[in-house]
Amino acid sequence: MASITQTVSARRQRFSPSSILRSVLGSQESVLLLALILLIVWVGSENRQFLATRNMVNVFAGNAYIAIAALGMTMVIITGNIDISVGSLMVTLSMLSGAISVYEGYPSWVSTDLTIALAWVLPVIVGALVGAIIGFIVTYLRIPAIVVTLGFLSILKGLLIIVSGGDRITGMPKGYALAQIRPLEDVSMPIFPAFFQTLTMPVFFMVILTILVALWMRYSPTGRALYAVGGNAEAARLSGISRHRVVMTAFILNGVFVGIAAVMNATQFSVIQVTLPPIELTIITATVVGGVSILGGTGTVVGAMLAAIFLNTITKALVFLDISPFWTRAIQGMLILITVLADLYRRHRQSA
Amino acid sequence: MTAHETSQTRIAPAWTQQLRAVLRSQESVLLFITVIAVLILSTQTDKFLTVRNLLNQGRLMTEIGLIALPMTYIIVTGGIDLSVGSIAGLSAIMLGYGWYNLGLPLELAIVLALGIGALAGFANGLFIVLFRVPPLIMTLATLAFYRGLAEGIAQARSVRDYPEWFYALGQRETLGIPNQLYFLVIAAIITAIILSRTTFGRSLYAIGNNELAARFSGIPVRRNKLIIYTLSGFMSGFAGYVLVSRVSTTRSDMGSGWELDAIAAVVLGGTSIFGGSGSIVGTMIGLVLIQLLKNGLALTGVTGDATIVVIGSVLILSTLINSVIQRRVEGL
Repeated sequence: MASITQTVSARRQRFSPSSILRSVLGSQESVLLLALILLIVWVGSENRQFLATRNMVNVFAGNAYIAIAALGMTMVIITGNIDISVGSLMVTLSMLSGAISVYEGYPSWVSTDLTIALAWVLPVIVGALVGAIIGFIVTYLRIPAIVVTLGFLSILKGLLIIVSGGDRITGMPKGYALAQIRPLEDVSMPIFPAFFQTLTMPVFFMVILTILVALWMRYSPTGRALYAVGGNAEAARLSGISRHRVVMTAFILNGVFVGIAAVMNATQFSVIQVTLPPIELTIITATVVGGVSILGGTGTVVGAMLAAIFLNTITKALVFLDISPFWTRAIQGMLILITVLADLYRRHRQSA
Repeated sequence: MTAHETSQTRIAPAWTQQLRAVLRSQESVLLFITVIAVLILSTQTDKFLTVRNLLNQGRLMTEIGLIALPMTYIIVTGGIDLSVGSIAGLSAIMLGYGWYNLGLPLELAIVLALGIGALAGFANGLFIVLFRVPPLIMTLATLAFYRGLAEGIAQARSVRDYPEWFYALGQRETLGIPNQLYFLVIAAIITAIILSRTTFGRSLYAIGNNELAARFSGIPVRRNKLIIYTLSGFMSGFAGYVLVSRVSTTRSDMGSGWELDAIAAVVLGGTSIFGGSGSIVGTMIGLVLIQLLKNGLALTGVTGDATIVVIGSVLILSTLINSVIQRRVEGL
């Protein structure tokens, strides 16, 4: 009797609106995408100015560097580790990039173009090196990642202020501003031509890197190994995956993406400053709201990217809704909480 | 293996073994590092090893210390609380807001601030035990939320000009010792006794080692977790109050970054970030070591920024030394 009722109710469920809704809301990515669209439509209907081209570009470009850094954080968290030094690292690498571009003591054969190229590439290499050092300490010296990166947070922050003297860097050479380039400026897209023409470089980096990383994590052996190590370390070991090598890879790539994010951040404005807002928390928040389980083993970079855009949309929306900017963080915090609870509820339903 | 062990017991009397265990413990390794640091620093400058300077350092480390104590409890259970700095900020703002904007008597405003702190911690705990939100995520969200509330309520206004008696806690001394230091020492003694000598304290280790096993052996896991997160909120609120009393003003950015300072003290003190082990004594030594390094290096002419490089390195190195020693002890 019980089984019959169950079958009937199951069959009924398959076609009911609630079941369709549930399958659409089946992943954190679609929830975020839906929330993002609803938010943009709602704020746009309250204030038309919000949908102005310039503002929409800001909505998508503003947190692009966060989304790029979140790519690395996603990998690190999926392996069951964490990196809380990324904020310090990013500011350090931004300053490094700026310093290379304005340095005047190069020998005469070094052209400005070469200087700029160095300023774009060297931070990425240094980022990879720092990632390798952190990865080495975590894997081979067996110290928990949270302790190592807590230490590195202080070390990098201190080194940064010593080296830069707490100064700001201005007067970067012409052509340095990578993040201000608009790649589609001369192209007329069939839809929203004005929007695509104003779209700046960070958005392209964000989207292309996210797609590449998503494919890599889904289809390459190393990408799959990230999930394996985070999901069940013992099973991963037994199937011949080297945990050390996988975790090292995650940390090195994390350094690379923080480097790219730093270059985007440095070239965004005409001034580079030693400001240390807790960027690491924004990056971790984007990653976690994007559906990456802090316990390791699950999550995607697409979710992290959507979450980064979502967080920035909220910040921008408040201005257009006439809400005091001092409430931004409270509202962001509440939304993070709601997203996380919704995610937990969904997983609970799926496992039940 | 067994034969080897028995032969060793026969040769070495029990007390030397006990002594060896004490010497090898995380706390004594750390104490050793601290003593060396103090010795080196005191040869570099006369101003370091003076009663006056050391007491002043005690004053400065009190706020982080008050937070690091319950943080030890939380980390022992395998949890973490990132929202402590934001709770301190929120409580500080509520103190100023309650007194200046709502016109409450200052005594009542203080009670309000402490109550809000406890409530904020209770909310953390409630979500963690009821909805099984991982503590890192929950407190990451409330780190933003509570700080946001503080910023929203304050609207960038600061409150100053408190009555004279209000500064007694943060700026005055009794018998030559800064007032807030009494609170830290008493709180440390009480939390240490609770952690090492009571059923409640021991249950925290059990939860950290194996939560499921702890639940099956009848430990009220949920209730105990709720208690420690509430305590953490309350102590953060209290630390916020102490800070306002010390610096004479209320601002919404108060206490930012405290979570990392407190966690650094706890971890430096040998508490495993994975839970299951650790002690209040260790946390206190970690706290003192960080403060002495900061101060000693500053006095020997090292700039404040180089100091944090040293502290970061000490954190990693001491954890490394400890893990090497513990591994040798366990014969791994």
